[in-house]
Amino acid sequence: MNLNQFREITRYPSAIFGLVIILILVGISIYTVIALPYSETVVKWRGGDMVWQDNPRTVPPTWTNFFRSKKLPETIIFRSTDEGVEKQVTPLKDDLTDIQMTYTFDYTADDFPQEIIMFFTSTFEKKAPYISLTWTTPDGRELDIGDFSIDKTYTRRMSQDEKLTRKLNGQPAEIGLFADPNSENLKPLKGTYTLTMAGLTFEPDSSFDAKTVIYGKVFGMAGTDHLRRDLMLALLWGTPVALAFGLIGAVVTSVLTLVIAATGTWYGGWVDSVIQRITEINMMLPVLPILIMVGVFYSRSLWLILGVIILLSIFGASIKGYRAMFLQEKEAGYIQAAKSYGASNTRIIFQYLIPRVVPVLIPSLVVLIPSFVFLEASLAVLGLGDPLMPTWGKIIDEARTNGALYKGLYYWVLEPSFMLMLTGFSFAMLGFALDRIFNPRLRGM
Amino acid sequence: MTTDVQANPAANPAVDESTPLIEVKDLHVWFELKKWGFSHVGWVRAVDNVNFQLKHGEAIAIVGESGCGKSSLMKTLLLLNRPHKGQVIYEGKDISNLKGKDLKWYRSQVGYVQQDPYGALPPFMPVHRILSEPLVINGVKNKKEREERIRQAMEEVALTPVDDFLNKYPHMLSGGQQQRVVIARAMILEPKLLVADEPVSMLDASVRVEILRLLRKLQEQHNLSVMYITHDLSTVRFFSERIFVMYAGKLVEQTHIEELLNNPLHPYTVALLTGTSVPDASNAKHLKRVPPGEPPSLVNPPTGCRFHPRCEHFISGKCDVEEPPHLEPLPGHIVNCWLYEDGRTSYPKVASE
Amino acid sequence: MNDNTLLKLEDLVLYFKTSRGEVQAVDHVNLELHKNKAVVILGESGCGKSSMAKAILRLLPRNVGQYHGKVLLEDFDVMSLSDEEFRRQVRWVKMSMVPQAAMNALNPVLRAGEQVAEPAMIHLGMDKEEALDLARQMFENVGVPVDFLTRYPFELSGGMRQRVAIAMALITKPQLIVLDEPTSALDLLTQANIMNVLKTIKWETGTSYILITHDIATSSELADEVAVMYAGQIVEINDAESFFQEPLHPYSQRLMASVPRLYGDEEPDFIPGRPPSLLNPPTGCRFADRCHLRFDKCDEEPPTFIVDGHPVKCWLYEKDHQAVESAATGTGDAS
Repeated sequence: MNLNQFREITRYPSAIFGLVIILILVGISIYTVIALPYSETVVKWRGGDMVWQDNPRTVPPTWTNFFRSKKLPETIIFRSTDEGVEKQVTPLKDDLTDIQMTYTFDYTADDFPQEIIMFFTSTFEKKAPYISLTWTTPDGRELDIGDFSIDKTYTRRMSQDEKLTRKLNGQPAEIGLFADPNSENLKPLKGTYTLTMAGLTFEPDSSFDAKTVIYGKVFGMAGTDHLRRDLMLALLWGTPVALAFGLIGAVVTSVLTLVIAATGTWYGGWVDSVIQRITEINMMLPVLPILIMVGVFYSRSLWLILGVIILLSIFGASIKGYRAMFLQEKEAGYIQAAKSYGASNTRIIFQYLIPRVVPVLIPSLVVLIPSFVFLEASLAVLGLGDPLMPTWGKIIDEARTNGALYKGLYYWVLEPSFMLMLTGFSFAMLGFALDRIFNPRLRGM
Repeated sequence: MTTDVQANPAANPAVDESTPLIEVKDLHVWFELKKWGFSHVGWVRAVDNVNFQLKHGEAIAIVGESGCGKSSLMKTLLLLNRPHKGQVIYEGKDISNLKGKDLKWYRSQVGYVQQDPYGALPPFMPVHRILSEPLVINGVKNKKEREERIRQAMEEVALTPVDDFLNKYPHMLSGGQQQRVVIARAMILEPKLLVADEPVSMLDASVRVEILRLLRKLQEQHNLSVMYITHDLSTVRFFSERIFVMYAGKLVEQTHIEELLNNPLHPYTVALLTGTSVPDASNAKHLKRVPPGEPPSLVNPPTGCRFHPRCEHFISGKCDVEEPPHLEPLPGHIVNCWLYEDGRTSYPKVASE
Repeated sequence: MNDNTLLKLEDLVLYFKTSRGEVQAVDHVNLELHKNKAVVILGESGCGKSSMAKAILRLLPRNVGQYHGKVLLEDFDVMSLSDEEFRRQVRWVKMSMVPQAAMNALNPVLRAGEQVAEPAMIHLGMDKEEALDLARQMFENVGVPVDFLTRYPFELSGGMRQRVAIAMALITKPQLIVLDEPTSALDLLTQANIMNVLKTIKWETGTSYILITHDIATSSELADEVAVMYAGQIVEINDAESFFQEPLHPYSQRLMASVPRLYGDEEPDFIPGRPPSLLNPPTGCRFADRCHLRFDKCDEEPPTFIVDGHPVKCWLYEKDHQAVESAATGTGDAS
């Protein structure tokens, strides 16, 4: 086995394809680990409204609009601190200050927003500021949409304002404020809208800030989940987790299995028998139930589960296969020769027997990697995923528990599935090509 | 240039070159036959009560067909097998039960050349690694010293220019070159005994002579004892002085080569010589005389003389009852056959022809 | 070509396609075999002799580059037959083969008798009973005890298995048997036994042989004629007596000199160097760089000269001898 053989990969287009994808995945992993540090991600993923406030809930990715005739809206956010906002501050008598802000935006989508929420923060000592809102549609209608006083932090969900809904003839804010009055079926009126916010502060140092979020129905590159989390984060972070899990699992298992098989076969006698019996018993152990028990009774930490899987796999059925190969090699001339010039058992096992079988190991190792990746995903879907880390399997699990398929939220399941399939496919392609290189007997196929 | 190995004083008191290098006494190499891995069913009597001596610098040939026990004998001398009974004595010390460091020391004293040159070389190691392995294992720590010795060994077997071959893998070499690497490896620890098991039988005719000449040169230059094992009688004249014929685990004839070729005594030896072809067109015109049957099983060998079922001089009541002892009808010529009980000194011709 | 000629190879070519180029295994070979005669194709490893067997019996692997020439069996060119016709009419009917290491080529899950009977059932249309009967006869002919008919190959020794393979090649009573190294892995006395079997069959049934081997001494047990092969080409064809006493081609001479002998004072010699690769054979005489009688003309490929009725491919015989005009010059432009 030498470099020349690796260069032969270039003769197999499927392998190059697989390799390219793997390199892309590795690239993503490296980027993710550097740009989105783990500790931050875990915190972010745990979520809470504050983190993901600005995202709509369970919406597909923005690029899906490309395939739609009816374009869904993207989220529109404007803050009182934005640059383009017209602000007019008019002091009145008695420490009263009138602050007028006008927000203008264009609405071009073919569908209504998901919801409209306004977030206020204010500073005051005794009396809170009072806000008045006016809505102007492109066709010139003006509506009073709210008069209320706010608090230090105040969230106003426009859809839940019953007065407003009644005012809009029973349509909730996100529809009523945008509906085209002249059309027969319900559709939004496109054009420039204006929101005028008139705030009255009662104290000299009192002030307020407002953020208006008109939630779209598409978001980002990957969409969002039920907790408004950007799925892209989980997809990105799932990559290094999957690759690490797969690589570590596959490599450690394969190497240990190989060493165990070589040692048992070389020493023969009771050592070999013991190892074979352990293997046979191990082959009958039900892996998944054991993992479930460990997960339920002990811990679901990803690395612990990985450790248990490895432990259960090293005495796997492949030992029998390797044993057959080693038994054959054991009688080879060069092994007898090595004994005759005094090579120790350890040396023979590691430097003479194992290198002979490594070429067979490599393709099966490569194909083993996706098995581990899928195993992790399966465990997550069964609810045994690591509680902290965002992984692909986790996404599928949450999608399932939140009825994604019932609700037609296919992207939520398809995206992580696609990543899993891509990983499996690329390693499989590479593995099959390596198999043909290292095992020339298969070359004709 | 001393190595850590040869500096072992306990191994080398002043060696008296007149005593034999190796002495084999009453050697039995039997393998146990077990049913289901447990119950004892019998013994495979691969080598049965063999005695001989080998002097320093002497080359002997062991001749016999497959199943005669020559491979088991050879492997026992290499301590790849243990004797069941009997002793192997090297330079006066019984080595039959060596372990650990002593075993390692003994292994550095004996070089092993195998039949299949390609199988004898690890396919994933280049030549320089193949040759450095024995040195590393036997404690030659200095890298430069190892390189020197590798170079020397390669020059001795004419694998030159050395640099061309150092990085080649076995599959890049021809059969003859591979065998030369095997020989270099066997010689690199400067052994006193070389055991060569059919070293040329898998090589082309035009290369065989080259390798045999090389072995002879090494024997002469290093005062090396050589045990040359083969079934091809026509090559034994090359460098062996004495020849041993084995059949079914037993030594049936021992003598000097020329004596054997001119005056073979044992019926099996005669059969081997008749069976060897010489390139001669008249061969095609008649059948060869070949003893009927095949070599016997070593689990249940025939009673008495093991060759009796195939022997043209079979004496009923004698050959099938009692094993013939070592007889010496001529000085230095030992044969195990009842024909020579009464002082006869040459092989009797068979009446029918 | 007279009535006695059984097989004539004219300009036979078999090249293989490999990832490193074209291997010119059989390079414009001409050979004649008479009835009830044995011709030995003598050569060392890498000379293409095993490919000869494949070329004659059309047992081709998938990577054939070029395969053409004439294979005249009793004046009829079997190369003109389709693969199916060849299989039905020629292979194992008129010509059969004992492959190299035949003892390892037996089907381990079929009993010996069944394997020998198989060709009879396929090619002679016999039913199983008849075929097994015939197999029993074959076993007697080759000297295998008949109770081995029901044994499996692993129960037989190497010599026995080789004899079973010969029986298998014999059962359809072909006119020609091609034997590829029939005795190379066997013990001395077993070899002698097998050669005896082959001789007996030849005398009793009139079968002809093509024996492919590198073992010069053993080949003399059967040879009526010897054809020496080197680097894909036949360099000498001679009758056995002349060949073993005074070979013509320098390579043959060196080969004969390298045979170790039981008796006699001369020490055998060896040929330094290696045969050329069949991938890119050198221009000019292929033996030139190892030849002790080389001279400047050898840079050009020699034609085949007829020396006392024997073809020899060597410039040393240019004077006074006629060159053969057939494409045995092997310059490759015939393709």
